[in-house]
Parts: sequence; structure tokens; C-alpha cells
Amino acid sequence: MTVLEAREVVSGYGEVEILHGVSIKVEEREIVTIIGPNGAGKSTLLKTVFGLLPCKRGAVFFGGEDVTGQPPQAMVRKGMCYVPQSDNVFPSLTVQENLEMGAFIRRDDYRSKIEEVLALFPDVMERRHTRAGKLSGGQRQMLALGRALMLEPRILLLDEPSASLAPNMVQLVFAKIRDINCSGVSIVMVEQNARESLRLSHRGYVLAMGQNRLEGSGESLLESEEVGRLYLGD
Amino acid sequence: MVRSLTRAAALIGWARREYGGLADRAGTVGLWLLIVLLLVVGVVDARQYLVTGIIVGSIIALGALGITLIYGILKFAHFAHGDMMMFGAYIALAALVGGGRIGPLSFGWGMIFAILLSMTVLGAGSVAIDRVVYRPLRQRGSSTVILAIASLGVAIVLRAIMLLWWGPDQQLYVSGIHPAREFPFDIMLKPDQIFIFATAVLLMAMVYLLLFRTRMGKAMRAMSDNADLARVTGIDTEQVVMWTWIIGGALAAVAGILLGIQSNLKPELGFTLLLPLFAGAILGGLGSPQGALVGAMIVGISQEVFVGIDLPFPPFGVPGYKPAVAFGILILVLLVRPRGLFGKT
Amino acid sequence: MEKGRLVAFLAVAAITAGIVGISANDSASLNGFISFLTVFITTVAIFAIFTLGLNVQWGYTGIFNFGIVAFFMVGAYTSALLTKGPSSSEFVKYVGGLNLAEGLGPLNLHGLTGFVLGALGAAVVSGIVAFLIAIPALRLREDYLAIATIGVAEVFRRLAIEEEGLVNGTRGLTGIPRPLHDLVSPPDYKFIYLAIAVIVLLIIFVAIERGARSPWGRVLKAIREDELATAASGKNIFAFRMQAFVLGAMIMGIGGAVYSANQGSIVPDTFSHFFGTFIIWAMLMVGGSGSNRGAILGAYVVWGFWTLTGLIQPHLPAALETRTSYIRDLLIGLLIIVMLLLRPHGLMGEEKRVSLFAEQKTKRKTPRVGAPAGPTEV
Repeated sequence: MTVLEAREVVSGYGEVEILHGVSIKVEEREIVTIIGPNGAGKSTLLKTVFGLLPCKRGAVFFGGEDVTGQPPQAMVRKGMCYVPQSDNVFPSLTVQENLEMGAFIRRDDYRSKIEEVLALFPDVMERRHTRAGKLSGGQRQMLALGRALMLEPRILLLDEPSASLAPNMVQLVFAKIRDINCSGVSIVMVEQNARESLRLSHRGYVLAMGQNRLEGSGESLLESEEVGRLYLGD
Repeated sequence: MVRSLTRAAALIGWARREYGGLADRAGTVGLWLLIVLLLVVGVVDARQYLVTGIIVGSIIALGALGITLIYGILKFAHFAHGDMMMFGAYIALAALVGGGRIGPLSFGWGMIFAILLSMTVLGAGSVAIDRVVYRPLRQRGSSTVILAIASLGVAIVLRAIMLLWWGPDQQLYVSGIHPAREFPFDIMLKPDQIFIFATAVLLMAMVYLLLFRTRMGKAMRAMSDNADLARVTGIDTEQVVMWTWIIGGALAAVAGILLGIQSNLKPELGFTLLLPLFAGAILGGLGSPQGALVGAMIVGISQEVFVGIDLPFPPFGVPGYKPAVAFGILILVLLVRPRGLFGKT
Repeated sequence: MEKGRLVAFLAVAAITAGIVGISANDSASLNGFISFLTVFITTVAIFAIFTLGLNVQWGYTGIFNFGIVAFFMVGAYTSALLTKGPSSSEFVKYVGGLNLAEGLGPLNLHGLTGFVLGALGAAVVSGIVAFLIAIPALRLREDYLAIATIGVAEVFRRLAIEEEGLVNGTRGLTGIPRPLHDLVSPPDYKFIYLAIAVIVLLIIFVAIERGARSPWGRVLKAIREDELATAASGKNIFAFRMQAFVLGAMIMGIGGAVYSANQGSIVPDTFSHFFGTFIIWAMLMVGGSGSNRGAILGAYVVWGFWTLTGLIQPHLPAALETRTSYIRDLLIGLLIIVMLLLRPHGLMGEEKRVSLFAEQKTKRKTPRVGAPAGPTEV
């Protein structure tokens, strides 16, 4: 079952058009990575899918339903959660409070979910009453992921989860992403760290200049000479 | 001449940039030292004024709290807040029925009812004003500057309504003389003033509980941190905005009423109140509720102490200069530590 | 833009017709009628000077000044203190009293030189005050400057009232010299003053218009339209904004000088927030931010409306009459709100220029979550 599909999406910022008709598909329980050079439109795609940017042409389907142009609050209710690249936690709220905010729209008792999510990130769990602003970069990234999990989403949209993290942290974050995926959550992520992320992914897309360039399984993209030369810095 | 002025300004800017970190630390230390000095002088030499200052400071705190919440969440400086406080005071005046007194206070249970009514009216009214004036501008993507100017318009309208309905002359809740009572350490206090302080503290405690123990309060703090992330997280930002106005309006109402009990009511006072309110909020750090409380207290105390101490040059000894003290604090903060005591960088 | 011009034209026409009609009807004589109109136009001219000053600060630079009355007051008192002679009685105390109106011997020109010097002095002092305020406040956020200007206004009022020896406290200054007043009989003086006020207005108008087209003005425009790019090209943004703020304040100071000579006497109470700040904002909002002609138009429309309602007042039933002045206050506030909601550029705000400006200054600057703004990011 295709959980998420973007079809010929055209979008951008104001007058400037960044995406000139991009299509991707994410199947149930997949990890899909989108790579490409700067300015390719990777983050723009995620934001358009999530409803942060208006979709000028094209369509977005979530679980078969046409959700083109719906605002983020609606997407969240349907089971799509988004983790921005930076400024992705509330600095003056504690870890615990950040997670509580993640569960804002839940009407049920979500306390057990908080424990569950914290168990995934023991480093952060130790600091549950610390203000998020005082956490390290890696811990904040974990918290951001955790916050998105509070609603038990069907799919996670991650914008450069490894950005500005130390290499050991990068490994940890990707390991966590794999764990989250194993628990049944589909993942689509945009990444600069192409090699690591492709290694992790079932499939990948390469975007450049606002258009699809290549697609294939994670392995095949890793092995591809063209990809290696252009995007992996081989 | 213009060029030398520009050069002077550029020099100051350069000095700021070069020695910024050092200056910031020095400024912070200096500011806290001044505050300690103020309190010490107050306790040692001007206890009466210190106490009055605490009372006045608690009133300013309620107003400054509203301003800082509105600034943090809605991201604009609400210039109608002073007139809103005054408006709340007048609503209570209109609603004040029956005489009588509660114990040693100058007013009866009618005042409690009037306070609650005024809080409700102003809370609801603020939301209504938001729907009609600020929200359309927000949805259009208007900047904080435009919203601030719109709030100026609202201030003018509120002032005009007060003048229309109640006239320009000074009014009191209850006439007559209310004697002060003696307290230890040579302090004279009217029972009303204790009521004022107690009410203010009660409301501050309630706001604290709201912000730190309720879902909506945490959402308010979250939105104040990062409104876009709040939206992404699924928080209903319009609901948060609504509650911000309800709380801001209710706090303004109480602040205005308490001020009316402390001194008097007059439509023209509204706009002038903005000075101590903003001075307190900015001193504490715009957006920080704890900051607003501390900053407002300091402004209140400073106003009373400075004006109480008898030295032969201004602003000492001249009650008319209280706003000048608030202004002085404002400029001082902007010069040495613009983000305030508890503000984030 | 067509609609704006049409509405502007209709507004002006309606107001003019109303004022001329009712005052003609009410006046006891032709003289009275002409007097009334003369005073009206003079007042409009003085308000227009303030509005032009605000336009330089807000329309051209995006600084919002909620303490216009401070510069108004400083200008009025400075020119009064410069042109008046020293106090002739021990009950009247003030500083200055340089007697520039009469003390210059052959250069006197019936007080004209004194007036001009007084106005220049007013401009200089206003400018200095603006400069001092701008140093702490302008560098930070515009909100801070706005509240600081309110503070300055308050402080000056208090100083004027409390320091008896400064400007004679609440009793104020009287006998402010009027330029060329001894050329005609007192009843006819208002025509001369009308001419003086209008000439000052025109000089300022022309000066600003030329300034806007000068290299300096072009940099200001560039800052408005793309601050980052302009800064990157090496221009000191802060310096330019500071200059614009000071310039606007100087114009307001001159307005104060023109006002005080017209009045002949001033007291601290004259300088209220309403007439010194609020109404001027309404004028600029109505007429058009960013447009100098709009500023003058706005002054005419708003003051015309004020005067018109004042003329209607005696014709209303007694019950309504007493409160009418406050209804006018209310309408001024509503005018600002309505203009912002319906037509933020005012009646004459230049759409092309101002809309880019409006794009910058009226749109949010906060970037979308998670990334820097603009198309450079991926």
C-alpha cells in the first residue's frame, strides 16, 4: 500500500518556483531518502507535502486520500508528522513538556506513550525535567524525533535529521530511525549525508534543480557510479 | 554636522560590536548591582516608600504580565494595554452596586463582583477586538509594526469610549478618607493596599499555575518559543491566541481596578500607563513571565523610592517625576542589557 | 490607484463643501467667514508639517514614532524661548529669552529673522533629542523606539510642569513674538500668518521631495526594499535610519515653532497625546504612507473632518452636543483601524513603491520553521 505519494508537485516560495513537477512514492513501512545538491528542492518538497507551502500544481495523496493543500494541523491529525531541520524543539519547555506538546491533540491519557518514547531515547530520558534549550545537539534531535512520535504517526517526514551532528551522533540518530521504522512507521527523509542515509533506506530519490533525476533502491543508488560521482563526492 | 553625528553613531556601534561580550557582562552585573543597591537603600532609608513601591509594583506586574504574554505569543507590542486597564477600572465602576464594607476595606462585596464582571467583560472583549482588528491583519501577514499601529487605534477608541461614557474628570470608587494603619518598622499601610497586594499575588499565582501546570499554558509557552513549530506539532494556534487575549484582558482589568483603588480613575491616564508597564516588561525581558513580574516590581519600587528620597535635585522628591523614573529605567536597560534580566539572547 | 484618487477627491470635495457651506451659513459677516477659513487652512498647514515629518520617519524608513508630541513640544518651546525677550516680571520664570525677534537691530525684518532663527533652533534641538533617543533604541527594535518616544513625551511634559524656572511651569509662556505682526492691524494678521505657514510647508515639502530623489533618498529606498542587499553593499543601515529619524524630528520641531508663533502662548497642557500624536497618525494613515502629497492630503481630510463635525455640533440637539467631541475622538481611532484593514497605503500611498515597501515592512519577517527564509535553501 502506498502510504504517501506526491504527483508532479509544483511549488516554491512566493513568486519563486522551486519544484517544477516532482513525484515520489513511499510504500508502507519503507524508509525513503531524498538526496541531491543544495537548492534542489528537497526540503521544499517535504514542506509542500506537509502543507507548510502551497502546492501550485500537482497533488499529494496520503493513504490514498487526496490531501493536497491541507494545512499542517490537518495532516497531523491524519497521521503525518514532520520534524524540521533546525529549531525543532521548544527551548524553554522541559523534555517532558516538549513531549506533552507533541501529544497536544490527543484526547486520551498519553502518559504511557511518553514513557514509551522516552525509553527509546535513554539519554534524553535522564534529563526529562531539563529545559530543552540546555540539551546538546544530538539530544535535541532525539527529542525532536520523540515529539513527532507522540501521535503514533503512520509516516514521519524528517528534514536533514543528521544536520550539524557529530559523527557518532549521526550513527545513533540513524540507528534510532531504523528502530522507529521497525516499529511500523514509514519514513521519508531529506538528507545531505547521502551515503549514510542511503545505506539505511529501502529506496531513494535524487532531486536536482527542482526535478526528479534518479530513483532506485538504496543499494543501487549507493552503488551507482553516477550518484557516487555527483552526489556522494566519490 | 550630519556627518559627524553619523560618525558618532557609527563609533558607538563599533564599540558595541568590538566589546560586545564584555560590555554585556558588565552591563548585566551593573544592572543587578543597581537593583540590589535600590533594595538596600529602600530597606535602610526609605521603608515606607519601599512598601508602597511593592504595592504599586504588584499592580504594574499584572499589566506587564499581560504585555509580555501578548508580545511573546502574538509577537507585537500591545499599545492599547494601558487604556484597557483603565477601561477595566471603569467597567468595575459602572458595576459597583451597593455600599457596605468588607471588614477594614473601603469597599464591600460589590467590588468583588465588579472585579469578576470586569475581568469577564475585558477577557471576552479582548478576544472580540482580536477577531475584528488583529486577526485579519495577522492573516494578511502583517508585520508586528502594523499590528502595533493598529493597537494605537484601539487605544484611541477605548479612551474615547471612556470619555464619552464617564467624562474626563477624575473618579473614585469610594469617596472619603481611609486611614492608614501602623505596622512594624514604621510602616503605614491602608487595609486596601494589603488587599491590592494579596489580590495581585493571587492572580500571579494563578497565572503561574496556568502556564506551568496546564496543557493550554504549556501550549502558550511553546508558541511563545516558536510559533511555527507549534503549528507543526499540531497545537491549535488560534485557540492559544484566544486564551492569550482572555488572560491578558482579565489581568489588565484587575490591574486597572487595583490601580483605581490605590489612586483614582481618569481616561487620560491610560496611555501614560504604558511607560511603567513596558519598562517593567522590557527590564524583565519581553516574553518572559517571570521577568515581567520582577521587572515590574523593580519599576514600582524605583518610582516610589526615587521620588520619596529627599534630595535637592530631580527626580528626587517630586512625585510628578515617577514616569521619568520608569523612562530612565527603560533607557538604562536598552543601553546595557537590551534583552532584559531574563530574556533569551 | 484610480479608486484611491477618486475617494480622495470626493473626500476633499465633500469636506470643503461642508465647511464652506456651514461656516458661510453660520457666520455673522463676510469677515467672520473669511477669518474662519483662514484659520482653518493655517491649522491644516501646521498639521501637514507634522505629518510630513512623520512620513519621513514612517513612510520612508519604517520607524514608528508614538511620541510625536515630544518633538512638537520641544520645537514650540525652543522657538518661543529663543524669540522672546527675557522675563519682565518676577512671577514669570523661564530660561533663554534671547529676544531674537526684536534684538537684532537692522536685521530684525519685523521679527521675521527671529522667527526663522527660532524655527532653526527648534529643528536643531528636536534633532538632538531624536539623536539621543535613537542611540539606545533605534538599534534594537522599532517597538523599543516607539515606547521610548512615548517616554520622552512624558518626561518633557513633566519637566515643563515641575521645573518652574524652565518654561514657567503650568502657567506657560505668553507673548510669543509673531513675525511681521507690526506690518498690519491685528485682525488682518492671520492672513500674513497663513502665508508664512504655507510657505514653510512648501519649503519642507520641496526639500523632502528632492531629498527623496537624491542619492541619499535612493539609499533609503533601497534599504526599505532590500535591507540585506543594501547592507551587503557596504551602506551603514543604522546611520541612514538614524538620519531619517532625526530629519523627521527636525521637521516636527519646525512645526512646533510655527505653531507657537501662531498661538502666541503655550502651556504644557496644550501638548496632549491626542492632538500631538494620535491625530497625526490618523492623518498619515488616511493620506498615504510614503507619499508626501498624501501626507498633506491626509492633514486636510482629517482636520477638515474634525472642523466639519465641530461646525455641525451647535446644530445638534443638546443631548448629543456635549458628547460630540468624544465621538470625534472615537472616529479618529476607528479611522486608523479602518485604514489599516482596508487600505494600508492610505488614499494616495504609491502602490508601486509602497507595495514593495509594504511587502517588506508589513509582511512577517520570521522565516518558516526549520530553515532560513528564501529560495536559497533546499
